[in-house]
Amino acid sequence: MITLQFVITLAYYALTAGAAALLLYSFVKAKSWDREVLYLIVLVPFLLRVFHLK
Amino acid sequence: MARTDLARKLLLGALAVVFLGASGRSFYDHRHLREPVVMGPGVTRLTTLAEYNPTVRGTANDANIYVLEGREPGGTIFVFGGTHAEEPAGRLAAWLLVEHATVDRGRLIVALSANRSASTVTRPSAAYPATYTIPTAWGGQTFRMGDRFTNPLDQWPDPEVFIHYPSGQYLAYVDVRNLNRAFPGRPNGTLTERTTYAFMELIRREKVDVAIDLHEAELQYPVINTIVTHQKGQELATMISMTLTDLEGFNIGTEFSPVNLHGLTHREIGDHSEAVSLLFEAPEPFLDATRGRTNADVLLSGRDEFVVKAGRKGLLFAPIDEKGWPIATRVGRHTSSVAQTIDTWTEFNPDRPVAVKNIPRYAALVKHGVGHYLLDPGQAPRNRVAYE
Repeated sequence: MITLQFVITLAYYALTAGAAALLLYSFVKAKSWDREVLYLIVLVPFLLRVFHLK
Repeated sequence: MARTDLARKLLLGALAVVFLGASGRSFYDHRHLREPVVMGPGVTRLTTLAEYNPTVRGTANDANIYVLEGREPGGTIFVFGGTHAEEPAGRLAAWLLVEHATVDRGRLIVALSANRSASTVTRPSAAYPATYTIPTAWGGQTFRMGDRFTNPLDQWPDPEVFIHYPSGQYLAYVDVRNLNRAFPGRPNGTLTERTTYAFMELIRREKVDVAIDLHEAELQYPVINTIVTHQKGQELATMISMTLTDLEGFNIGTEFSPVNLHGLTHREIGDHSEAVSLLFEAPEPFLDATRGRTNADVLLSGRDEFVVKAGRKGLLFAPIDEKGWPIATRVGRHTSSVAQTIDTWTEFNPDRPVAVKNIPRYAALVKHGVGHYLLDPGQAPRNRVAYE
C-alpha cells in the first residue's frame, strides 16, 4: 500500500504539473481577456498543489 | 502578438502571481508557524519521536518529547495532547505541564503535538480559523489550529476502506489519517501508523505505567466529560472520576473501552503494552455540527447560540448555557484530571510512585485564564525554548 501511495502521489503531481503547463499554454494562446482570466483562475489551485502548499 | 495583447497578458499574469502569492503565503504561514514552548524547571530532557522509530525522522510528525524526571525513582506517566489537533484544550493542558510541572518522584513524559502533521492543516470546507491567540500579560501567544486528520500533504491518497493493522477491522477511509484509529501502528506503514508505532515504542521502552490521551468532543457526541479507560484501568479511572467530582467542582464520568473497537489509544496502548491507557474528553462546542459561525472566538469562548438551542431541544450529551465552555474551563478539567490521575496512581501503586507539583488546576485556571499560565519565551533563556 505504501508503494502504491508513493506511485499515485508521484503520478498525481506529474498530472497536476502537466495540467498547469497546458493551462499556461492556453493562457498564452488565448485571444480574448475573458478567456485569459478564466485560464489564470483555474491555474492558481494547480500551482498551489505543484508547489506543495495546499 | 500585438503589443496591446502582450501588455494585457503581462498585467493579468502579474495579478495572478499576486493572487497565487497571497493564497500560497497563508497556507505556508499556517504550516510553518513556530509555536514557542518555554521548558519549565521540571524539564530535564528534550528528545523527539524519531528516537523511538527512526522512520519518522525528518517528517512533520517528528514531535518533541519532553521528559520531566524526579530526583527519586518511581513510576512513569505519559501525557499527550494533539492526537486530534482541532481539540486545543488537550494541547494547551499538556503545554502547561511542560511549562510549570516539577517532578519529585518518578517521571512525567509529555508530547504536545502527537499528530503534528494534523496541526498544519485545517478541515477542508469547514472554514476553520488557521490560528488562534490566547491573550497574555506579555501580548498573547498564537497557536496553529489543526484538523482531526494527518495533513494530506504528508500522507495521501486515502484508500477506499481503511483496514486497521493488525486487527483487520474495516474503518472509514479517512480514518487512515486519524491518529486515534491507527494505534498500535507499524514501523514502515503510513506516516500515521509510523507515528503511532513510535508512541508505542516510547511507552514500551520507557516502561510507562499510565498513558493519558487528552481530547475534546462535540456535545452531540455521547462520549464526553468522561474518562475512557482500558479494562486494566477500571478501578483507577473510577477512583479518579469520583475524587474529581467530589473535590474539584466538575463532573466527570467513566466509560470502558470497547474490546472490539480497534485503533484507539484507550484500547491499543493497553493491549500492546504494560501501560494502563486512559483518554479524557472535555466539551468543545466549536466542533458541533449545529454551531453557527466557525471562528477563533467560538473556539476559545465555547459560546454558540445554536448549540445552546440544540441543548434546549435535548439533542446534546453535555449541558451548555449562554456562558458556554470557555477554553480555561476545558484546559482546567484536563490538568486537574492529570494531577488526580498521578495522585490516585501513586495511592494504588506505592511501589511505583509519581509525585508532581505545580500543575495549574481547574479552579486556578477558571479564575485566572490560560494566558496567565503561558510563559513569555522572550524572557526565557534560549536553550530553554523549544518550538512545536
